[in-house]
This record gives sequence, C-alpha cells and structure tokens, in this order.
Amino acid sequence: MNQAGAPVARLTQVGLRYGRVVALEDVSLDIPAGGVVGFIGPDGVGKSSLFSLIAGARAMQAGTIEVLGGDMGSGAHRRRVGPRIAYMPQGLGKNLYPTLSVFENIDFFARVFGYARDERARRIAALLEATGLAPFADRPAGKLSGGMKQKLGLCCALIHEPDLLILDEPTTGVDPLSRRQFWELIEGIREQQPGMSLLVATAYMEEALRFDWLVAMSAGRVLASGTPQQLLQRTGTASLEQAFIAMLPDAARAAYRPVVLQPRDQGATSETAIEARDLTMRFDDFVAVDKVSFRIGRGEIFGFLGSNGCGKTTTMKMLTGLLQPSEGRAWLFGREVDPHDIDTRRRVGYMSQSFSLYGELTVRQNLELHARLFRMESSRIPGRVEEMAVRFDLVAVMDVLPMALPLGVRQRLSLAVAMIHGPEMLILDEPTSGVDPVARDAFWQIMIDLARRDGVTIFISTHFMNEAERCDRISLMHAGRVLVSDTPAAIVAGRGVHTLEEAFIAHLETAVDGERSPAPGPLATAPQRQAELDSRARPRAGFSPLRLFSLTRRESLELRRDPVRLTLALIGSVILMLVMGYGISMDVQDLSFAVLDRDRTSTSRDYVTNLSGSRYFLEHAPIADYAELDRRMRSGELSLALEIPSGFARDLARDNPVAVGAWIDGAMPNRAETVRGYVQAMHAHWLSTRARDALGAHAPAGNFSLETRFRYNPDVKSVNAMVPAVIPMLLMMIPAILAALSVVREKELGSIVNLYVTPVTRLEFLLGKQLPYVVLAMLNFLLLTAIAVTLFGVPLKGSFAALTCAALLYVISATALGLVISSFMRSQIAALFGTMVMTTLPAVQFSGMIDPVTSLEGAGRWIGAIYPTTHFLTIARGTFSKALGFADLHAAFLPLAIAVPVLIVLGVALIPRQER
Amino acid sequence: MRAANVLHLGIKELRSLLRDPMLMVLILWAFTAAIYIAATAVPESLRRVPIAIVDEDGSALSKRIASAFYPPHFVPPFMITQPAMDKGMDAGLYTFALDIPPGFERDVLAGRRPAIQLNVDATRMSQAFTGSGYVQAIVTDEVDGFVRRQHGATAPAVDLALRARFNPELNHAWFGAVMELINVVTMLSIILSGAALLREREHGTVEHLLVMPVTRLEIMSSKVWSMVLVVMIATALSLTFVVQGALRVPIEGSLWLFMGGTVLLLFATTSMGILLGTLARSMPQLGLLFMLLIIPLQVLSGGMTPRESMPDVVRYLMLGAPTTHFVMFSQAVLYRGAGLSVVWPQLVSLAAIGAVLFSLSLARFRKTISAMA
Repeated sequence: MNQAGAPVARLTQVGLRYGRVVALEDVSLDIPAGGVVGFIGPDGVGKSSLFSLIAGARAMQAGTIEVLGGDMGSGAHRRRVGPRIAYMPQGLGKNLYPTLSVFENIDFFARVFGYARDERARRIAALLEATGLAPFADRPAGKLSGGMKQKLGLCCALIHEPDLLILDEPTTGVDPLSRRQFWELIEGIREQQPGMSLLVATAYMEEALRFDWLVAMSAGRVLASGTPQQLLQRTGTASLEQAFIAMLPDAARAAYRPVVLQPRDQGATSETAIEARDLTMRFDDFVAVDKVSFRIGRGEIFGFLGSNGCGKTTTMKMLTGLLQPSEGRAWLFGREVDPHDIDTRRRVGYMSQSFSLYGELTVRQNLELHARLFRMESSRIPGRVEEMAVRFDLVAVMDVLPMALPLGVRQRLSLAVAMIHGPEMLILDEPTSGVDPVARDAFWQIMIDLARRDGVTIFISTHFMNEAERCDRISLMHAGRVLVSDTPAAIVAGRGVHTLEEAFIAHLETAVDGERSPAPGPLATAPQRQAELDSRARPRAGFSPLRLFSLTRRESLELRRDPVRLTLALIGSVILMLVMGYGISMDVQDLSFAVLDRDRTSTSRDYVTNLSGSRYFLEHAPIADYAELDRRMRSGELSLALEIPSGFARDLARDNPVAVGAWIDGAMPNRAETVRGYVQAMHAHWLSTRARDALGAHAPAGNFSLETRFRYNPDVKSVNAMVPAVIPMLLMMIPAILAALSVVREKELGSIVNLYVTPVTRLEFLLGKQLPYVVLAMLNFLLLTAIAVTLFGVPLKGSFAALTCAALLYVISATALGLVISSFMRSQIAALFGTMVMTTLPAVQFSGMIDPVTSLEGAGRWIGAIYPTTHFLTIARGTFSKALGFADLHAAFLPLAIAVPVLIVLGVALIPRQER
Repeated sequence: MRAANVLHLGIKELRSLLRDPMLMVLILWAFTAAIYIAATAVPESLRRVPIAIVDEDGSALSKRIASAFYPPHFVPPFMITQPAMDKGMDAGLYTFALDIPPGFERDVLAGRRPAIQLNVDATRMSQAFTGSGYVQAIVTDEVDGFVRRQHGATAPAVDLALRARFNPELNHAWFGAVMELINVVTMLSIILSGAALLREREHGTVEHLLVMPVTRLEIMSSKVWSMVLVVMIATALSLTFVVQGALRVPIEGSLWLFMGGTVLLLFATTSMGILLGTLARSMPQLGLLFMLLIIPLQVLSGGMTPRESMPDVVRYLMLGAPTTHFVMFSQAVLYRGAGLSVVWPQLVSLAAIGAVLFSLSLARFRKTISAMA
C-alpha cells in the first residue's frame, strides 16, 4: 500500500449532530488511497455518519472533507467525482428496489452510469457470475435472503468501477461461505484495479485483521489508526478483538467481561421444550424447508447455522406460528404449535431478522409497550425496563427514536424487547448481526446465565462461528435440509478439521458441489480489462436524457410489477366516471311537499293539484296542524310545506287580498332556491290559468314571450354537462397521488439514497419518475374520453387534437403537483392525505365544475383562477360541448402551459440534493 | 379481549401519529382553513351570475330591464353587441345572454307580444336551471310593471308568502361548512386507519404483533378507538372554533347529539379504512382504493346534490353508505334542531352499517394478517 501518495480522503475537524445528539466531533483524518481501510468501533460511534458524509449523501455541517482531490462541500465537485464513488449504505438492501429482479436492479445502476447495451450485459454477467447470484438473476430483490441482498448491493456498487468504494457493514448477516466469496470477489476486483480505494465498516474482527489500514472509532471520535499490526502492538494484545476492547474508553472497558462458558449439566433435565417433526414448507414450487426434525431440551442453547436463504428463518417462523407448515408438526412445551394459542405466546420471546419494532416510538416506549402487552404487572414494569436498559446498554438512548439509532443498537433493543417479559423460551433469528463484539459478548453472557440458571431454552441462528461454538448443540442447514446436527466439538472432529468455520465451509462445499460450479471466475481477463478501462464511460455532469430514461424505465418496471395498482388506476377512474356521470344530477325533481289545507274547497284542491301534478313535486300526506308541520320539516321529510288559509276560495272570489304560505327547507340552500323558483313559477301559472278561465278567450296572453335557448346542451342533460367536467377532476387526483407516493415511498423505504450518491440530477429524477405516470394518465384520458363518447353518448363536437394536447399539458402539471407535494412529506400517509386535501377541494369546488369560477369568492376564487383544473375544464367543455378548437381556446392553454414549468422547477427546488 | 391491551396499542397509534408533524399540519389545515375556504368560496347557486345584455331596442323599457340585474345575484350586466355574444358565450364569460330585439317597447305597448331571446350556457348546470327561471321572473316583473303603469292595471289578487326555514337567507356558508366538515371527517378517518394498518405491514411490525399475546380483535379495536378519538377531537374543535366561531353558523340542535352521531360514523369509516388496509398490498394501492371509495361517498351522499335528484339505483345503493345517513342526520340536528326522537332511524342505520363493516373487516383482517408478516 502506497502511503506516500495523496490520501483518497482528508477529513478536517468534521462535526455532525442530529438535533442535540452529537454523532461526530472534531474528526481529522487522512485516509490513504489504494488500499482497504477498515473502520471498527462499537455501534453508534459515528462510522455510518462518517461514511455518508464522505460519499456526499449527507450535507456537511462542520469541518471539511476532501475526497478525490476536492471539497465535498461543493456541489460542483460532488457532481464531478460522484460517478467515481460508490456507496453501499448499511442495512440489508436498503438502496435496492424490492420488486425488481436481481438483473434489473443491476441493470438500472448500469444505465444510470451510462453504459451501452453490450457493455451492460457483459458487466452484469461477470458480476452475477462472480457473486454466485447468476442462478437467481430473475428473482425479485425483495425475496432474497439477507446475504444475497448484500451481494446484490455490492454488484450495484461495483457496476461502474469506482475509484472509491464505500461499504457500510457489507457482510453483516452474511454466512461464512458467502463472506469468504465476497472477499475473494473484492480481492479479484482489486487485483485488476489496483488504484481502487475501499472503505469498509465491519463488525467481524477476523475480517478487519486482513485489511491494510484500520481506523478505530469511539463516541464520534477517532481513537487510533494504523495497520492491524500497529494496533496490536500499540495495545499489546494478540487478537484484534482484544485490541478493540483495550482501545475502548476506560468506562466501557471496565464494564467488559469475557464470556464465561458453563457446560450444560447433562443429567439436568430430559424435558423437551421444542420438537419439530418433518417440518416442510413449500412456496409454490420452491421447497424452502424440507423435512426438518429436531428436538431441543429445556434449558438448552441450540444453534442454527447455514448459508443465507437456507430456510432457517422459515423454520423459526413455523415454530412461532407465523407460518403454517405445508407438512409436518411442531410442539412447544409439549403443546402443538397453534397460531391462536395466546398462552404459549406469552412464554416465548421472538426476535425477527429484520428490525420490526415501532420506529415512531422511543426506545423506552417500545420497551414499556411490550412489557404491557405481555401482561406484566404495571408495578414491575419501570424496574424491569430499567434493568433491561442497563443490561443491553440502552440507558443513554432511552428517549431516542429507534430509526435514529445504528443497526447494532437497534438489534440490542430488539433483544431487550424479546426478553422483557422473562420468557421461558427465546427464538432469536440472527440477533447479533451488526452488533459490535463487546455488546455481543455481553449478550451471550446474559443468554448463558438465562439458560443455565433459569432453564430458559434458547433457539438461535447466527453467522458468527465463535457464537456457534458456545451453543450446546448446533444444526447446519443448507437448501432447506439439515446437513448435520451435533455438539460443535463433535462436528469439528467429524470433519477432521481444526475450527468450526472450516468444518462449516467443508460441509457446505460438499453440499454445493452437487449443485453448481462453485469457484467464482475472475471478473475479466487482463486484455479485456484494458479495453474496459479505455471504454470506461464517465457520465457527464449536467442533464442527461439517458439517465432520465433509465429512471423512467425502472419506475415503469415497478409499476408493471404491481398490476393491481395499474388496473386500479385505469379501472378505478372508469368506475368513478360512471358513478359521477350518472350520480351527479342538477335536475331537481320529485321534491316532497305536503299541505296544511285549512280551506278544503275545490279551489284550494285545485291549487294543490297544480303542484302535485307537475313532475317536480310529490305530494305527501296532508298536514293537520302547525306542530305536525314543524315536526315533519325538522325530520327532513318535507322540502316544502304549503298553508292555504281558511276562506281562501271565498276571498278569492270576492277579490279580497289573500296569501298562500309556503315554507321551504333551507338546510340545503341550492335545493331551496330551486324549490323557490318552481313554486313561484307554478303560482304564477295557476293565477294566469284562473284568469283565462274566468275571462274566456279575451284574457291577455301576456305582454311578451321569453324564448329560452339552452346552448351547447339543448336537452339540458346533466350528463352532457357533468361528464366533460369529471374527466379533468379524475385526471388531477389520480396522477397526482400516484406521482406523490412514488417519491415519498422511496424516502420511507430508503432507496432515495440513490438520488444522493449517483450522478442522477434532481431534474432527471423528477422527470424520470413523472414520465410513466404521464403516460398512464394519458391512457386514462383516452379511456375516459372514449367512455364519455360511447357509453354516455356525449358528443365530442370540437377539436380532439386540442383536447388531447391540453390533456397532455394538464396531466404533466397534475403529476408535477404530486411531486411538489411529495417534497414536503416524509411519510406515505401524509403524502396521501396531503395530495387528497390539495387536489380534491380545488378540483371539485374551485375549478368551475359546478359553480363558475367567476361566481366564487374569497381564497377559493383565487385558487380557482390559478389551478390547472379550471383551465382544462374550460377546454374540455369547449371541445366537448361548444365545438371549439385551438384558436378559440388559446386563453385557457396559456395558464396550463405556464403551470408545467413552474411546478417542475418548484419540485426540483424543493427536493433535497443530500440528506440533512 | 383485554381492555388493557387495546388501550396500550391504541396509545401506540396516537404516539405514531404525533411523530409525523407534517400529517398533524395537514389535519389542522383540513379542519380549519380548508373548511373556511370551502364554506366561504362556494356561493349560493345564484350569486354573481355573469349576464350579458344585447340591447337592440335602446328604449326606456330595455334600460329598465337591464337595470334590474344587480348584485348579489348577478354581476352588473355586460352590455355587448350581438357578435360579441357568441364569442363571449363560447369562452364561458357569461352564463346568460339576453337579447332584446329592436322595437321591443313599441311592440309590447301595442300588445303584439314580441319575443326576447335568452341564451343560457347549459354546461353550467347549477346556474342554468335556477337562473333561467329567475331571469324570466325579473324580466316579467319589469315588463308587467311597465305595462301596468302605462295602462293603470291592478295587482294580482293572490300573494305567495315564501319563507325559507332553518336558513332564512339561504346562506350557503352554513351548508358548505358542515358538508365540508363531513367530507374531511370521512376522508381522514378512512385514511388514518387504513394507513395505520398498512404501515405495520410495510415496516414488518405486524409480524411482531402476531407473536405477542394479543388477539386480532384487540389489534383492530385499538386502531379504531385511537383514530376515532383523533378525529372526534378535531371535529369538536373545528365545529366550535371554525364553524360556529369564524363562520358564525348558528347551530340549532344539540352538539352532544351531533358528536354522538359522529362517533357512530367514525366507527363505520375507520372499519372501512381497515378493510381497505387489508385489501391493499402497498400504500399506492391503498391510495387508489381510497379514491375509489371516497369520491362516491362525498358526491353521492346527499351533501353535494340532493338525493331526490339521483337515479333510483344510486339512491338505494347509497343507503348502504354510512355518510348518506350521517348527512341526513347532521342536517336534521344542526340546521333543523331535530332531537333524538326524529333522528333515531339514522343513528340505528349508522350503528348497523358500522357493525357490519367492523365484523367484515375483522374477518378479513384475521384472514390476511398472517399473510402480511
């Protein structure tokens, strides 16, 4: 390793804090180039924060970081060197796309980095071969086991041959064989690309021992750096684990105790705690677990080892009742596993592989909630919570949200939760993945004490060999089958090797040999390699349509993988159109009315018949008195009540002034106004009819006539008016929601980090994401228009071209609006609700669908004037009903055309370029 | 079912909600500003109606007619020429255009019954209907009054004393405020409960719940009560400070009765949300399913257009929706001051619909939750 050369990264007084929590403090460090630099230290000392700063994924707060010869605080430099850096964040497959296949995931990154098709195919094939992922190329990333996800993450990071590769705990949760292959792969790459620098954080000290240079960190500071030998010398220790402990601050070191093993008393008890007989689990045609049988005694520590994806987790889930076995049976405490058996659940503590506690509750709240749910007495809870906090070293973070904690601390929390109620049995799925060595030892001491002293049965899966050695018995699993099951010593002896790891790998290789050729080939031969270097595409900074389309392609793939979403988007809008087209009607008829007739003459009857004979009114049973009138109007039964006074006919005949009383239900003002109009018209009609009857043919027929022409919709059919208005409404809400969720989803699930660390610009990101939804919305538009014309029989009288053109502008602004909304929101719920609030009200009420915008008042009018729906609605009605074209509607096109760039620029400005 | 479990799981839901400040801001917005804007923006159907008059007569009568259109029902008329009329109507500038022919006054006085042409933009349904009757009445009044004055005729013998009850001025804000409140309540309760379930699925916490000694019924009840509580508080505050306070809507009936009905509505809608949560596999799917449900609920419950004018099929189908009964219930209680003796059928329907939805989603929840882990 050439230490004389310029460092790959130079950190000067770097500081970082999350709120009040200090993550990094005054870190100054030169990281040598061209080698593997390991970062070691307990969980939560700032390794991940440091990595995200070096990768440019997180915004700088204090100090400077120079990477590859420039300041990472400068956006221009980040864009320049971004393509030369690859960053694989912590967590299993956090930056992957779960619904895309292994191949598609790598392909996406290859496209983002601008490789041509042949080059992509060659590189992907080589990487898949080297990582052993080739047989799984078509499997969705979400269905891979933890270790395979890590390998896939590495493939995605390596695709563009970075000069600086940053791997944050890449082998956490990866089985020994895969881990070995993983490092062989890295070695192979480094041989071909000697200039590449590697920064690795790891919890495996035996890995760290092989690195060129180590940085030991603690509490946001660098404790020491140097070659592994230097560190060993400086601390005067023999192994790196010991050196690590020796380097810890005094307080932490004082708390450390080496694990004391207590052999199990053989004659202790023969009682069986867990028994599995021929457990089998099939997913479709894939057999995940194949006839697994074992028996675990009470108080035994039983280890489960195996390659990633071999069925360990599935077996554990069957024991907890989370999965119903396809075949076979299992018993806990002699009772057959039954998902509805609440009592057994209380006696078991389970910890799943992925973090599954509540991210929105603090550490303390999580512990308390679980204590309560496991029905601990409330008086015992505070004490027990304190006890667990001390045991698992969580005291300092009791009021922190788990999501803000590093992986290792989260794992400790999960363990504390699994143990809070003092269960008789613990089922732990890789509980120590990502936990630092000191905490791991402390944890094992607790478990050994529990098993030996309290007779707690422990069923645990692990990838750490030193942990496996501490188990009473272990089972080796591969491809759904148990290969061997015995005490660790017996297994080592049985293979005739020295260590358990060797025995494990030997067993696996024998099993694997029969399946496929194991040795991963080199990535490329030397001549190829040179050609590669020459052809190496350095992605341009600035706008690149290619990158944009790679994003579009990925988004469309994800959309295609979710056919339910696709169908709902299309069919849903059709259903909504039918509902609203038929359901919303402005013609008010069949209004209920009743009469309080105090006259009861033929004249008063005639007056009533005048109303009840029309199609607008339906007569209900007559009213007897005021009290009844009041009651029936209050209940909403009557929209109109009439009172005809006694002596109505007599007074009328004598030409005395007389008044008919009419009460209208004003609870719905629109309806009331309609009723008022109808009643007045009929009253006038009755009077003129009477006058004509009285005077015969000599009666004046009126002074003038009013010819009403209902234009654009001569039959005055609601459908003709509503259907063209429903299209804009639907084309606003559905595309906006889909677009908003697509971004917030990435934020919530973590893959947004790819925006921060790949050369993708914000504009490319937004446009690329928007495009599939624009296409989908246009399909929707065509479908809705076709239905309007055929099913509803609403003729499209004007220019279809103008309508389509406007629709395109409109759906672009609708999706852009969704993206703007998404930039504020962190959770999908908020995005969903926010988009609903910001689209339904303006689209339904302020855009002229029912009331013209000119008639609105206050803020609603102002919103209506600038909201895109208003203008598209004008165009939709213009083209559908008024036979208009481009020339007549240019005034409405202009605001739409302005909305598009304004919203896109706003979206780009609001979405952060780095994590803050 | 253990009450303590339901309580603690519900508190967890409340805490999760508090952790999403943006969501809290949105809830606040929806229950205050959104309701205020919606209530004040939407006019009575005849308010500031844009009307144009083509006066080809230029007589005293035609001027008298033109001056009869004034705010608040109409904007002061645009006096235009005949060619401008077609253009203006195409562009949607006017809802009505009244064309008074040359020699109108002369013909009226000579008893020749001349014709006035009224052009109506029938794509604007709300104004076209009530408005044309209004315009007719105004013109008739003016012409008759003019003729009467010229000839000295008498007034009609029968008067029609029209009064609107419960909202004498037919103030639209009264109606709009409460209807918007109902919309927000429905929307929020469905989204919150559906998303609360889906979030557990997407974050893998369902698996955790399943291995704990809690039953499905407890899990579901906890989500229902916590979300009901949140929406209830928001509703009570909004009703007091926005509807009664800022908008000065007089509320006739008992607020307690109204809140009681709201609980029943929320029971039904949160169950509905959970049902959606079990049907959807991801948040985008939930969003779409939600749209599919919320729009008919808002549009067809009788809050936007009267139920009488809907096709029979729709009307009967919508009797299965909780919001339909709730709209009837709240109009009766809030505007007409109806008591329990009047609105009990709606309350019974709400409770029944709620019970059906709750059991339906519980059955579905029991069936699908294992597949979620």
